[in-house]
Amino acid sequence: MSTAVVELDAIRKTYRGGSLEFEALRGIDIRIDQGEYVAVIGPSGSGKSTLMNILGCLDIPTEGTYHLGGEDVSTMSEAQLAHVRNRRIGFVFQQFHLLTSLPAWRNVELPLIYAGTGRAERRSRAVRALERVGLGDRIDHRPGELSGGQQQRVAVARALVTEPDMILADEPTGNLDSASTDAVLGLLDELHRAGRTIVLITHEHEVAARAERNLVIRDGQITADTLVASGGAAV
Amino acid sequence: MNWLETLRAGGDAIRAHRLRSILTMLGIVIGISSVILTVGLGQGAQDQVKSQISALGSNLLIVSPGSSTSSTGVRGGFGSASTLTLQDAEAIGDETAAPDVKQVAAQTSTNASLVNGTTNWTTSVVGTTTTWPEVRKRTLSAGRFFTESEVTSAAHVVVLGSETASELFAGPVSPVGRSVAVDGTQLTVIGVLAASGASSNGSDEDDQAITPMTTAKRLSGATNASVSTIYVEARSERSLSAAYQEITGLLDNLHGVTASAADFSIASQQSLVATANSTNKTMTVLLAGIAAISLLVGGIGVMNIMLVSVTERIREIGLRKALGAAPKVIRRQFLVEASLLGLAGGVVGVLIAVAGAQVLPGLIDQPVSLSLLATTGALLTSFVLGIGFGVYPASRAARLTPIDALRSE
Ligand SMILES: Nc1ncnc2c1ncn2[C@@H]1O[C@H](COP(=O)(O)OP(=O)(O)OP(=O)(O)O)[C@@H](O)[C@H]1O
Ligand SMILES: [Mg+2]
Repeated sequence: MSTAVVELDAIRKTYRGGSLEFEALRGIDIRIDQGEYVAVIGPSGSGKSTLMNILGCLDIPTEGTYHLGGEDVSTMSEAQLAHVRNRRIGFVFQQFHLLTSLPAWRNVELPLIYAGTGRAERRSRAVRALERVGLGDRIDHRPGELSGGQQQRVAVARALVTEPDMILADEPTGNLDSASTDAVLGLLDELHRAGRTIVLITHEHEVAARAERNLVIRDGQITADTLVASGGAAV
Repeated sequence: MNWLETLRAGGDAIRAHRLRSILTMLGIVIGISSVILTVGLGQGAQDQVKSQISALGSNLLIVSPGSSTSSTGVRGGFGSASTLTLQDAEAIGDETAAPDVKQVAAQTSTNASLVNGTTNWTTSVVGTTTTWPEVRKRTLSAGRFFTESEVTSAAHVVVLGSETASELFAGPVSPVGRSVAVDGTQLTVIGVLAASGASSNGSDEDDQAITPMTTAKRLSGATNASVSTIYVEARSERSLSAAYQEITGLLDNLHGVTASAADFSIASQQSLVATANSTNKTMTVLLAGIAAISLLVGGIGVMNIMLVSVTERIREIGLRKALGAAPKVIRRQFLVEASLLGLAGGVVGVLIAVAGAQVLPGLIDQPVSLSLLATTGALLTSFVLGIGFGVYPASRAARLTPIDALRSE
């Protein structure tokens, strides 16, 4: 019996820039259940990132309702949204978004600081998360001293350190070579097997093929919602 | 995220952006130390003048000749007439006529050239009576003052100011007993005044030559009995105004004038202090104005760097928000950072000002007195500017949606 983590209902997003208006999402209805591994696929400019920003409460939809874990997100205050992002969601961005002045483990502990976790526990959990992504020997390296693949693995460690319900990854392998891509996708597979809900955004079909379910988005609308035959665990 | 964590994160951020932090602090340091020092200089000058005037003695009244009116009706300023005479001084010194007056010393003053061998020095030659040292609160460092009989006989004796003595008689030998030529007349040096360090009305109290009144008159060839100043010592500070009344009444009578047409003026030490204060106030206001401008410039520098710093870090703010930082937490982070910078800059600025106050007087020969008001005022201003302009843009950035902040360049 699965429970819905994400329920999007008639979500629209219109970008306004001066006199220009652009409707990036035109009525999206999606339900994602606990433990699902979903890939959102579509051409450039189709609205994938816009969708993920709304899923991650990084942006607010212009219209429609969004229930995250049963709670209506659209009525929440900034502080409540911050709490939701901190507890329920882990982000992996295409551009990594690490703080360059902090060593790897200090980057990983950031969400725990905002969760109010104690110092000693933060450090041990950050180190454990880094070991989990295979960077146990790089905890004191700054992002500048790590390869792109390693930086993205630090970002994955940061996303999983709070044990969130859902991990959102926007083209996490977009800037990586094939070996690093395999490493990062392997980590996502592993997290999926551990029961996490994963939403992966990509425009590569090989990457999407590793997920259980593919959502195809085109011009701001879902045009296909298919279950992948091979079903995720292709390791 | 508690305050301790925020404090630690603030320290980290300051260390991570070392150059920028130092520049921000520099603005605060310069602003604060310059305000404290400029105000301190003004205050120091004021204190110096005050203490010089106080050195005149608090029981002192100074009677000066009043303005003269020429036959054509042109009136000169105070001191332009020679309306005061030795007789006036004697009348004021009369115990029954002016019971609140303790002692009187009239003096004349002319500039003359003093010659010792090949050394010459031009200074003011003061002719006065034996009461002068007591009334003027002066002591001698060597020799003695002239006596009543020397005044009567117009003896060729002179007492030199400490600076005059050192100008004319270089070297370790005491000038006492040696002689100087004043306008061609040989006078024997019988004493040297101890240094007072003060100057009044622009004349250096340590650079003058004191002779008996009679001798001075003879030197300058003057035959009249006019004097340039009459110094009056009242019995006590409390009898000062009574003495003032007595002198006014006596002189009005002697000169046959009414109070409104008085041809003399009487100043007390207090009135001199008041005048000096009002002159000094102008200078202090001017200095404070300059200081305020430098503080403003420093403040604008701080504002500028904080603004740039926050703008540069909007992406960081976006990331922190994405990871779960509430707007309040972001604001607090920047508040703590700005406060730490302000505090460090303020402390360094005050330290530099205090060090400057020790070193400056030796370099520019001006006393510096540190003012608590200026110090706290400067600290507060730069603090408010730094915090205001660090926190304001940060709190605006904290209100952006995380994605807008993350996407900003
Ligand atoms: N902040 C914005 N202001 C105006 N228009 C925007 C903004 N962000 C995105 N858009 C527009 O919305 C559309 C969808 O953008 P989005 O970033 O979601 O595309 P995407 O599917 O992620 O593309 P890509 O695969 O290239 O990342 C695009 O046409 C884009 O130009
Ligand atoms: Mg995108």
